[in-house]
Amino acid sequence: MNSVRHPLFRPLAALVLLLLVDLLLVPGFFHLEIKDGHLYGSLIDIANRAAPLVLAALGMTLVIATRGIDISVGAVVAISGTVAAMLIGGASTADTPMAWALCAAMGAALLCGAWNGLLVAGLGLQPIVATLILMVAGRGLAQLFTDGQILTVYYKPFFFLGSGYLFGLPFSLYIVGAVFLATALLMRKTALGLFIQAVGINPVAARLAGLKTAVLVFFVYVFCSACAGLAGLMISANIKSADANNAGLLLELDAILAVTLGGTSLAGGKFSLAGSVIGALIIQTLTYTIYSLGLPPEVNMVVKSVVVFLVCLSQSAEFKNMWRALRANKQGGAA
Amino acid sequence: MAILSSAPVLELRGISKGFPGVQALSGVALNLYPGEVHTLMGQNGAGKSTLIKVLTGVYTPDQGQILLEGRAIQPSSTLDAQNLGISTVYQEVNLCPNLSVAENIFIGRYPRKRGGIDWAGMQRQATELLERMQIRIDVSLPLARYPLAIQQMVAISRALLVSAKVLILDEPTSSLDEKEVELLFNVLRGLREQGMAILFVTHFLDQTYAISDRITVMRNGEREGEYACSELSRLELVNKMVGASSSATVAPVAAPAPSAPSKLTTFLRAVGLGRKGALSPMDIELRQGELLGLAGLLGSGRTEAARLLFGADRADSGSIVIDGKERNFASPRDAIAAGIGFCSEDRKHEGAVLELSVRENLILALQARTGILRAIPLKRQQQLAEEYVKALGIKTASIETPIGTLSGGNQQKVLLARWMATEPKMLILDEPTRGIDVRAKQEIMDYVTALCRKGMAILFISSELPEVLRVSDRIVVMRDRKAGGEYPRGALDETSVLQVIAAGDGHE
Repeated sequence: MNSVRHPLFRPLAALVLLLLVDLLLVPGFFHLEIKDGHLYGSLIDIANRAAPLVLAALGMTLVIATRGIDISVGAVVAISGTVAAMLIGGASTADTPMAWALCAAMGAALLCGAWNGLLVAGLGLQPIVATLILMVAGRGLAQLFTDGQILTVYYKPFFFLGSGYLFGLPFSLYIVGAVFLATALLMRKTALGLFIQAVGINPVAARLAGLKTAVLVFFVYVFCSACAGLAGLMISANIKSADANNAGLLLELDAILAVTLGGTSLAGGKFSLAGSVIGALIIQTLTYTIYSLGLPPEVNMVVKSVVVFLVCLSQSAEFKNMWRALRANKQGGAA
Repeated sequence: MAILSSAPVLELRGISKGFPGVQALSGVALNLYPGEVHTLMGQNGAGKSTLIKVLTGVYTPDQGQILLEGRAIQPSSTLDAQNLGISTVYQEVNLCPNLSVAENIFIGRYPRKRGGIDWAGMQRQATELLERMQIRIDVSLPLARYPLAIQQMVAISRALLVSAKVLILDEPTSSLDEKEVELLFNVLRGLREQGMAILFVTHFLDQTYAISDRITVMRNGEREGEYACSELSRLELVNKMVGASSSATVAPVAAPAPSAPSKLTTFLRAVGLGRKGALSPMDIELRQGELLGLAGLLGSGRTEAARLLFGADRADSGSIVIDGKERNFASPRDAIAAGIGFCSEDRKHEGAVLELSVRENLILALQARTGILRAIPLKRQQQLAEEYVKALGIKTASIETPIGTLSGGNQQKVLLARWMATEPKMLILDEPTRGIDVRAKQEIMDYVTALCRKGMAILFISSELPEVLRVSDRIVVMRDRKAGGEYPRGALDETSVLQVIAAGDGHE
């Protein structure tokens, strides 16, 4: 029977299923071609568009592993994008050297993370409430910076982050790959992964074993905001502007969905970074499929909600018991 | 006695309840009369909680009958039990701190007036209800504004509102201070005069004798007996609770002899160590190569003392000196750095990280000490894990098996190994053998004594007197959150420990 399944089995199966649907219904879905030395095709497109979500999901994974949640991801996206765009300015040359602008944007994101971390780890606020503060205030702040206007950027080197190509592949894929590898290595090569899981599964026991639980929790919120900041740079470079109203709107919810799809339980503990990446790809593929099938975009929301519902059901112990009882009944009846 | 002449308001007959692997209750009987305070006593695991849960409809008994005023009842839920007239006030007050006192009392049954809620009437009634208990407070303020004792009273008055015939108090006093306890007892006495039948569950001997009319003692899921409070001495009571051979005629214990200057090196000395509401200031000394036993009933302050020594809770008085240097433990981390390890009594919630593997659980404390960045190489981790699995005879499919799938005894061995891996100089073991099978128990104790012989200082806490007496080089007896005396090996036997425990202030 299915005694020990690999934790990535379910998310991978879901992704493969989705790709199968595309194979049958979307003509030319797996077609790749090289134009001007760049690789083009639906698969590349999906991966490229999923990049900010993958980043956000990676950060969210660690937060969720500590039993937390961060709903300020979208606001941090808006802040970092706005800071970068404002410093670079609306001319074809940069007001501030781009490196400085990018550093300032990331600095702002780290500050946001430190704020969240302080509220959760330092003051013991509930994570959803603590990050709600920044979710509301952060976007408001970004809008104040730009006077509520969309700030368009004309400085070309900045666009490279969002739509540039390197060795035939979108540059964003390299960023995501690097962040994923760095995070995975950090979890493997240091004790961070073990400690985060221990804190998520049993914070009391973790403290009694001598872990600095507060420092760990603080760190994951800073890390999550750093990922969101990077995603914000990517998004604003892609749309060539800072849109404080809409950039990264509801990205946190997609990130949470990606994490759960990837098999990390919202109850904390064991987590899977690879699972979250697959989860993000599932979401993006789903969106792409719906668009390619010519369905109205509104359907996307409904389909997503059905997916969320199914994921929640699959994690519900209550439902599992009901399901088991039902099956046992049936078998009992047949015997 | 007048109370015995009337019919019992609540009668339990032959109540049995089993869980997979445990018979929690077997054939328990209990009679509760109107106008009495009846105390239910017994050690941890004696079946008190299960009995209360059967009474309040949380569990359905496998066998037996519950009679309320002569009619058989089968409460199916706490609400059902409440509607039948059995109200319960739990240890943790389960009210809404953010609502007003009046709202808390009337929640779910707000008085109505012209289609709306009669707020004024509710406040008036709430005030009256509390005044019946001699409590005069502003009932419109949020509950959280009042101390815990008042919150308990509010919980009681809420229970009374449903015209309860039986009031169950499940360890209501464990977080109250002395004055608050007295306040609560005054209320209970008042209710008793009004004819209420009160079932009181507590661990405190003093309180039992201060308030009870009768006592039912439980042991190992059975009713040991029912006694009039005035006819049962403290010593007899403790004897019956722990099930020691009853002999009320033993000579009183001699005052502890001034302990001879020890040849052993002192590792840790705590002076006046205490924490308000948890432990009265006490002195304690741990020596290298010596096993110090802490004896006492549950709630006597044993665990509290251990937690203060380990920095799990912060002491608000006293000092700890290790190797001649004064230490102030702000967290377990500090204590670990000073060479102390601590196996908590609550293995599941404070020890094992259930979903992590045996290996990960085993290296957790060592890794925490080496630091996040300097990860112990996987090879070394596996080596350590294999080593301890072998040394302690841990039965597990592999070192990568989640610890949650192991039996209790094997989990305990892994947790012991967690501390061994940090090579501590002192180990605190709080009930290390609770709930594990006899063989694992023996193995753990053998291992611990061997460690001690090699020079480790060990603080051993157990409810099982024979065990404490057998292994300890020195024994400190705890009683009512105080140290009740220190004795060298051989100065005490089971009965005399019980005497020390039973010797409350001013009683004998």
